[in-house]
Amino acid sequence: MSTIVLMTVTGLGLAALYFLVASGLSLVFGLADVLNFAHGLFLSVGAYATWWAAGNLPGAGSDGWGFVLAVLFGVVAGTVVAALVELVMIRPLYSRTIEQVLVTVGLSLAGVAALQAGFGADPRPFPRPSWTQQVVTLAGARVPLDRLLLIVAALVVLGLLLAFLRWTRYGLIIRAGVENREMVTALGIDVRKAFTLVFAIGGAAAALAGALSGVYFGSVSPTSGASLLIFAFIVVVIGGMGSVLGSAVAAVAVGLLQQFVNYYGTSGAGDICVVALLAVVLLWRPAGLAGKAATA
Amino acid sequence: MTAGERATAPGKPNTGRTATADAAQDADRTGGSSLLRVADLSVRIAGLHILQGVSFEVASSGVTVLLGRNGVGKSTTLRAILGLTPRNGAATGSVRLGGEEILGRPTHALVKAGLGFVPEDRCVFAGLTVAENLRLAERTDTPDYDLVFGLFPELSKRAKQRAGSLSGGQQQMLSLGRVLLNPNKLLLIDEPTKGLAPKVVTEVAEALERAAQAVPVLLVEQNLAVVRRLAGDAVVIAAGQVAWTGPGERLLADPALTKSLLAVNAAGGH
Amino acid sequence: MTATPLTLLKRYWPVAAFVALALLPYSGITIPGLFDGPLNSPGALQVLALCLVFGGLAAGYDLLFGRTGLLSFGHALYFALGVYGTDILVTKYGYPLPLAALLAVLFATTIATALGAVALRVHGIAFSMVTLAFGQVGAILVARDPGGLTGGEEGLALNAAGLPDMFVGVVNTVNLYWLALAYLGLVVVVLHRVAQSPTGRVFAGLRDDERRVGVLGLDPYRFKLVSFTLSSSLAALGGVVYLLLAAGASPHVASSDLTLTLLVMVVLGGPGTRFGPVLGGVLFTYLDHRLTDFGGSDAVDSLPGVLAGPLSQPLFVLGTIFILAVYFFPGGLAGLGTRLTAVRRAVTSPPRP
Repeated sequence: MSTIVLMTVTGLGLAALYFLVASGLSLVFGLADVLNFAHGLFLSVGAYATWWAAGNLPGAGSDGWGFVLAVLFGVVAGTVVAALVELVMIRPLYSRTIEQVLVTVGLSLAGVAALQAGFGADPRPFPRPSWTQQVVTLAGARVPLDRLLLIVAALVVLGLLLAFLRWTRYGLIIRAGVENREMVTALGIDVRKAFTLVFAIGGAAAALAGALSGVYFGSVSPTSGASLLIFAFIVVVIGGMGSVLGSAVAAVAVGLLQQFVNYYGTSGAGDICVVALLAVVLLWRPAGLAGKAATA
Repeated sequence: MTAGERATAPGKPNTGRTATADAAQDADRTGGSSLLRVADLSVRIAGLHILQGVSFEVASSGVTVLLGRNGVGKSTTLRAILGLTPRNGAATGSVRLGGEEILGRPTHALVKAGLGFVPEDRCVFAGLTVAENLRLAERTDTPDYDLVFGLFPELSKRAKQRAGSLSGGQQQMLSLGRVLLNPNKLLLIDEPTKGLAPKVVTEVAEALERAAQAVPVLLVEQNLAVVRRLAGDAVVIAAGQVAWTGPGERLLADPALTKSLLAVNAAGGH
Repeated sequence: MTATPLTLLKRYWPVAAFVALALLPYSGITIPGLFDGPLNSPGALQVLALCLVFGGLAAGYDLLFGRTGLLSFGHALYFALGVYGTDILVTKYGYPLPLAALLAVLFATTIATALGAVALRVHGIAFSMVTLAFGQVGAILVARDPGGLTGGEEGLALNAAGLPDMFVGVVNTVNLYWLALAYLGLVVVVLHRVAQSPTGRVFAGLRDDERRVGVLGLDPYRFKLVSFTLSSSLAALGGVVYLLLAAGASPHVASSDLTLTLLVMVVLGGPGTRFGPVLGGVLFTYLDHRLTDFGGSDAVDSLPGVLAGPLSQPLFVLGTIFILAVYFFPGGLAGLGTRLTAVRRAVTSPPRP
């Protein structure tokens, strides 16, 4: 029983990471039709910026409020990079979908290489507050706090995103734009401003995922974004592109499936089950669980 | 040939050049009372020449109806005016709104400048509520909800309902309502009665009639009963070119002409 | 038309280039700056052979991307099936090389048909994501080392005892070079024949506007599956050649980065053109190789750290070039050629009255 609880919490922790990466990816794709391969780069930027801030930024550190400040710095860095990428690189190619994908592919290759040049190819130990390494007893299982941190962070982001989509004017524009972008412009709205916004939001969430994955895995490396990104893609497709809630549901399904099968089956079998799940969902509902709609 | 009626035999469409000449004549005739002037508008999409030098004018009041058989390029014309030609296409020629060239300007800027668009198939946002659809469409600090809810009381009753669950007629009302919230210089309305039940057609036509009292309308419409009720001027498009322009009454009064241009029997109503 | 030497050259230059490349190992020319040794030294031949293999792989990938309009992110899977399949059969099971290669390519083709049949159920970007996911399964399998077959992160060195003598040892690099050239030649000929065939015209139709193919009463799905399967078998065959060249398999060949690299090559060279992707593949591989040397050179080390760091990373330089190419040379190198021709015509032709 306690194993099952631990597995569930760990699977949900993984799901939290997937969700943080996938939610932005999903909104960017749903609204702007950009399959963003550079999204993993935003994650890495967040992770390295947090790592750097913890060691160098005055007031920041690896514990207490200092760590919060470091994470905040990482999130801001990811947000800024994402917004810049949209403004400088994606916007000039407006509605040229393939070229936009190609640019993000180039960016992901060059970005990882640049990180390697700056910080070395080997993983760096990540500063993590000591409390995240403690365990609490939950339903008879000893559960490490870092997993709960991941889950809480993802829930907060989910709540904020849904509230933003539901109650703000830009949220309304994004939900409408995911459904029919052309019609939004035909109502007199410059939808491209919303593009920058979803990139920034996605960058922030991915950067947060980067910082938290550093805490969870204990290290950060230039390629850590890429491996999370592929599963985030799968989550996006299963959940339905453009749907935040769909991403959340799909992330939980993927995280739990992966964790349980990897534990009870052979290592790696869970990853393969996830891909099989993707194939099944696509054959059953080609538009994903939520179809193409931004759920709020 | 009387003024205001220059028929070109269908199947022998006039060339782009004579269309431009016609437009020049039109300008002389109407003497600047027109609001929108389309001249030699051509649209190519994926290598196909959909519009081949279309020229016509929209009067500064009342309803100008764009007629023609299915697939002759009526919707393409509206969309080209609004800069909604797809990326694998290109629009050339001239579209002037109150003397100002607007072809090639971004859609959102044109709509903000006062071109209200009601697209074919309504295009309401199915996942948004009625109220959200309307809120999204507000372009002014003082949206005229009194007008919209006065015309379509159904919309205020169903404010919290998702637009996707509305009937076709209600969706059309919502689509019109989105535009009528704001002050407009010109409304571009594409087949508002398509696929609606006869009773709803009458309601929509009434609403259009009232809207047209306040703002000029360029209407694409297939339903001749609606055309008969609303039309001031009529522009008939055939095979990507203007085949006939003139008062709508005259077109509908001439069954032979209607039949040859539109392949329908005008005498039979809708 | 009279067959002047110039028209002959225009028509048969690919053949001439092929012959020249085939004869290249007999020349002892040294090109300082481009290659470290003479062209027929094993080191230079090895680099050239790699360039040729990737030229062929890029051209095969372009059958999907440039000629059929399918953006797959899982092409590495079929390449890896060729590499690892052959390697495992030779090294672990002692099969003779030709049989192992044949079985591996057949296996890859079967898998490609099955997975393509699923992935092609969805369209556009969703197809790209599904192929990415399938490709990821390959990468995971290779990394997890099921049954000790793939060697995990370490990779699997090719057991030279199972190979024909002609492919073993540094002195025989020249044979590998010819093998790579033959592979490239085969890919180019196959693609050319396909492009000229009715099937090839349907592929082009799918790329330009799928609906029109449907209107003609042809089933787009089947044609896409043919393109997908053919392209994948060519990749698997390339995997066999690559395996011999690299004398072993490493997990990198299954990674999504490899597919992205192929995509970069094709776009740099010019998607949908006859020789653009080949050129892109050759040039990219060469630059990747040279930039690795260049990055470690004194010239770069002497630069300030801000510059030296990124410049020592070939992928940084190539990624940046690629991004610039997407903005400024949308047709790739091949498009550049036609543009220059247009400019030349405009300059040289007399002004019309």
